[in-house]
Amino acid sequence: MSILRRRDAVAQLLAKREDALVVTGLGSASYDVMAAGDHDNNFYLWGAMGGAAMVGLGLALSQPDRTVLVLTGDGEQLMGMGGLATIGVAKPSNLVLIVLNNEHYGETGMQRSHMGLGVDLVAVAQACGFASSQRILDEAGIDEICAGMHQHAGATYAEIMIGTEVTERVLPPRDGVFIKNRFRQSLGFTSI
Amino acid sequence: MYMPNTSPAADSSWQHQILSALKRSGVEIIAYVPDAAHTVAIRDANDDPDTTAVSCTTEEEGVAICAGAHLGGKRAALLMQSSGVGNCINMLSLISMCRFPLLALVTMRGEWAEFNPWQSPMGLVTEQSLGLMGVQCFRAETPEDVLTQLAAASESAFSGDQACALILGQRMIGRKTWVE
Repeated sequence: MSILRRRDAVAQLLAKREDALVVTGLGSASYDVMAAGDHDNNFYLWGAMGGAAMVGLGLALSQPDRTVLVLTGDGEQLMGMGGLATIGVAKPSNLVLIVLNNEHYGETGMQRSHMGLGVDLVAVAQACGFASSQRILDEAGIDEICAGMHQHAGATYAEIMIGTEVTERVLPPRDGVFIKNRFRQSLGFTSI
Repeated sequence: MYMPNTSPAADSSWQHQILSALKRSGVEIIAYVPDAAHTVAIRDANDDPDTTAVSCTTEEEGVAICAGAHLGGKRAALLMQSSGVGNCINMLSLISMCRFPLLALVTMRGEWAEFNPWQSPMGLVTEQSLGLMGVQCFRAETPEDVLTQLAAASESAFSGDQACALILGQRMIGRKTWVE
């Protein structure tokens, strides 16, 4: 079985986004989502490391009828590990947290992360009370996530195992105020 | 033996007004890391069917939750104590970069009649730290200040898109007592 390529995995997932609201963690996860196509309902982080899942939680609680999809990397999620406990307790039914796991810090020179050294966030998410927590190894596994992500059956953690291949940097906009206002406007909210 | 709990109880009536004041400002989501002086507000938030209370493992989670709530069109507030401000520093870049409103209520330790010196390093620079990251501080020093200053901070946050913190002074809170 060949290991999933990150761009293909993210594109496959986002093809089934429907009206999902998407938050991306800084670095490659943001570039992957941008490469799959910019969207008014994408909120890209360029910093605030460790915060993607928590932005997603706040969004999920304020938009309970919409699927909220957080896509981030293993290093970013490791920095916000306590957030898994917070999600487990808050129990947002509509939050899907996808960790793209290449077991490395890609943005800073491919240093190894804790993930390849014995740390298992699938088990952590499960222990924290996520309704489902799984490791995805192939396209069929991504299809399963796609099939369930609009069901709002409880907080979902899915870790997609990906390779460490180098990809083209497809840069999303870096103007945070623009991204915020565009996102809110598409939900019908005006700026001040 | 040192007994810190020897002072008469401070007037804590303001604590019972926090949730209703936040609700008047349109706040529906309250993220928090517990502090003794937020006990009543946290309990009220958890008991209120119209408020979503989110318990955080660290304060920076709450900063990001407030940002996400605003993205989704709801107002949120963050309750924490002064030592938690240090945990928020880099996450506050999310607030300033995107010009998210922020309403944080910060109970002070380490600035007045503090028996635990470990509270002082962060408590003595709480406002400076917030200021360095672009958060405007409003202070309440007496129970009478609280509602006025909370309303002001709330208006600056939600009508003015500013990052705001209401600092609840330790003298008003009173000396540390252990909650049994």
